[in-house]
Amino acid sequence: MRMSAARNFAALRSSIERIETHGAACGLRKVPLGHAEADAHLQGGLALGVMHEVFAEAGRQGAAATGFIAGLAGRVAARRPLVWIRQDFAEVEAGAISMHGFSELGLDPRLLVTVRAADVDQALRTTADALACDAVGAVVLEVWGEAKQLDLVASRKLTLAAQASGATGLVLRMAAEPRASTAETRWIVRAAHSPPGSKPWTAWGSPQFEAQLVRNRHGPTGRWIMEWKCDECLFGKPAAYSQPVAAAPAYRPHQTAIIQRRAS
Amino acid sequence: MLRISALDDAAADVGLAVGLPLANARAICPEVQVYDADETADADALNAIACWCDRFTPLVALDLPHGLFLDIAGCAHLFGGEAAMMNLVSGILTAQGFMVSAAVAGTAVCARTLTRHVHGRIVRDGEEAEAVRPLPISALGADVAVVTGLRRAGLKTIGDVADRAGHEITARFGARFTAMLEQALGKSDAPISPRKPLPDYIVEKRFAEPVATETVISATLSGLAGMLVAAMGKQGKGARRLEARFFRTDGAVRTISVDTGQPVTKAEVIDRLFRERLEALNDPLDPGFGFDLIRLDASRTEIVVQEQRDLDTHVHDRDEISALIDRIAARIGGKRVVVHLPQDTHIPERAVWAGPAQHHLIEAAQAAWPARVEGEPPLRPLRLFERPEQIKVIAEVPDGPPARFVWRRATHAVVRVEGPERVAMEWWRAQGEMLTRDYFRVEDEEGLRFWLYRDGLFDEVEQKEGKPPSPNWFMHGLFA
Repeated sequence: MRMSAARNFAALRSSIERIETHGAACGLRKVPLGHAEADAHLQGGLALGVMHEVFAEAGRQGAAATGFIAGLAGRVAARRPLVWIRQDFAEVEAGAISMHGFSELGLDPRLLVTVRAADVDQALRTTADALACDAVGAVVLEVWGEAKQLDLVASRKLTLAAQASGATGLVLRMAAEPRASTAETRWIVRAAHSPPGSKPWTAWGSPQFEAQLVRNRHGPTGRWIMEWKCDECLFGKPAAYSQPVAAAPAYRPHQTAIIQRRAS
Repeated sequence: MLRISALDDAAADVGLAVGLPLANARAICPEVQVYDADETADADALNAIACWCDRFTPLVALDLPHGLFLDIAGCAHLFGGEAAMMNLVSGILTAQGFMVSAAVAGTAVCARTLTRHVHGRIVRDGEEAEAVRPLPISALGADVAVVTGLRRAGLKTIGDVADRAGHEITARFGARFTAMLEQALGKSDAPISPRKPLPDYIVEKRFAEPVATETVISATLSGLAGMLVAAMGKQGKGARRLEARFFRTDGAVRTISVDTGQPVTKAEVIDRLFRERLEALNDPLDPGFGFDLIRLDASRTEIVVQEQRDLDTHVHDRDEISALIDRIAARIGGKRVVVHLPQDTHIPERAVWAGPAQHHLIEAAQAAWPARVEGEPPLRPLRLFERPEQIKVIAEVPDGPPARFVWRRATHAVVRVEGPERVAMEWWRAQGEMLTRDYFRVEDEEGLRFWLYRDGLFDEVEQKEGKPPSPNWFMHGLFA
């Protein structure tokens, strides 16, 4: 009796899993990010052929979120063309993507095609088009502010297009609140401090992100400090943090104070 | 002084003429009705008529202010011969309310001379001289000075002038007039200068019944695309620029053009590009009472280099990307899809040029970007403001790095700073005074990273009435 109940339970569980993952739980191709814990949470890495969302924690964290999504795009596109679709307004608010900055991150500006969409509707339509093209490695859609056009239906359309072609969609949202969507993962990103180990009179090292994985369709969520290693084109743990930082508070006034004292 | 610039037959019969002062005209005929001349509207109307005339021949030239030349060599038989064609054109224009005077002749100048005198003459090859000789000099359309000069010399008709030795006329009135005279007499010919360059390939479909429904229009376009591709394929060509022209029954003509990055050789690609373009039109195609002619032409073509496609995924990818760019460009405009090319300058805002992806895709794929220094953190920001934003800065030392700054109404305390990186302006292309910039990379207490600069070295900035100089600071970019 108990045996059959357990078997039933297992059968039900597996069928739910099949429904949830369109019958291809392990079928998704994945690219490791390089950060061991995050990759473990993501069960091997960032999935290809789906949508991922990156939110800037606040408007002023837009550049950090841009860096993070550029890193993700660099990982998933892997030497294939990258289409970056952005709304005109985002450029006014947060600045244009600088190609020199892009190449300083270890990414290749030669593979980048930028689309300057006048508004969200145009950007969405273009994104769906670009995602349907199987020669594209990744498509980044950059939207500033709340956009009511970017709802569940639109998100579903993009996901379907990405699934059909195998191209990966990345949505960068700045000054916006997360809403229901069909994204595989959702990240909230803010800039992290430079590690305290480096000498105070020089500036920072590699870009540091405090990335919070708030949605993960096939695994647990988490929160990590990640460093983008420009030379290897990989995410990783910051070198100077010896202890796990997942539990540390986001804002560390005591460390700042130390650095400030050293700097002065 | 107000003068008459144009008049109708009734006014001419009373004795009025072009160029007559209005006061004189009123004296001759008090009940004359006068309207302001609107030269722009006249030119627009002439242009619209020229567009409409495109349905008869692709070679239509404007002869300002009121004339049109149609080069009908090789097209007349399509409309039942020269006479039938002339009657068709002038008949439709007359029905629209225009005064028309038309003529067909071997040279443009000869035909124009005839229209100034009588409507509807058709001159066979070799009979031009005979036809124009009895006409007055003024019909030639030469300068007023020339016409008066000839009249004073007692030469009234074109025949009179033609009988004189050519060098006499040239010596007195210039070579241009002689050339015109020779053309009118059919002794020499000069090509007309059409409004648009002749497309390389043209296919068209005429309808006995005007069509207005979307399905028929798109089916027609697909059919035409197939014909065009077949015509181009015979000569190994592909289209870089395509124009679809829709001729409405009421005379309005709508042109829709599509550019492509690589020569197109597939009918379905052309079809899809036009579908995208038509869907995205701000003012949709208005069929009105229907189109009676739809034409598709390839105005720019290129020789297609055949490449092996099956095994080489790289080539396949490039073709796919190029097709994607074409589709997006067809919908939202070619200038909105860009690739980036490095420029040879140190000034950050000029260091990259964004060019239309359709034309620069291959160039951009081979561009040489400065290599990054291994082991260094990023030296250039990821996001750059097109216009640097002014900020308020408090520095510990006047010419030192910032300690604290206000940007967009928020105060940021600087925790880490590196700099300065000095960027001198290019004096050889400076317009006005441009100051040397000292760039600093700074991190604030939140971990945000900025790229700031001080505009001007300390001794470059002017001293004001004993006060220490206060250079301006700008926010130029944000690091990731």
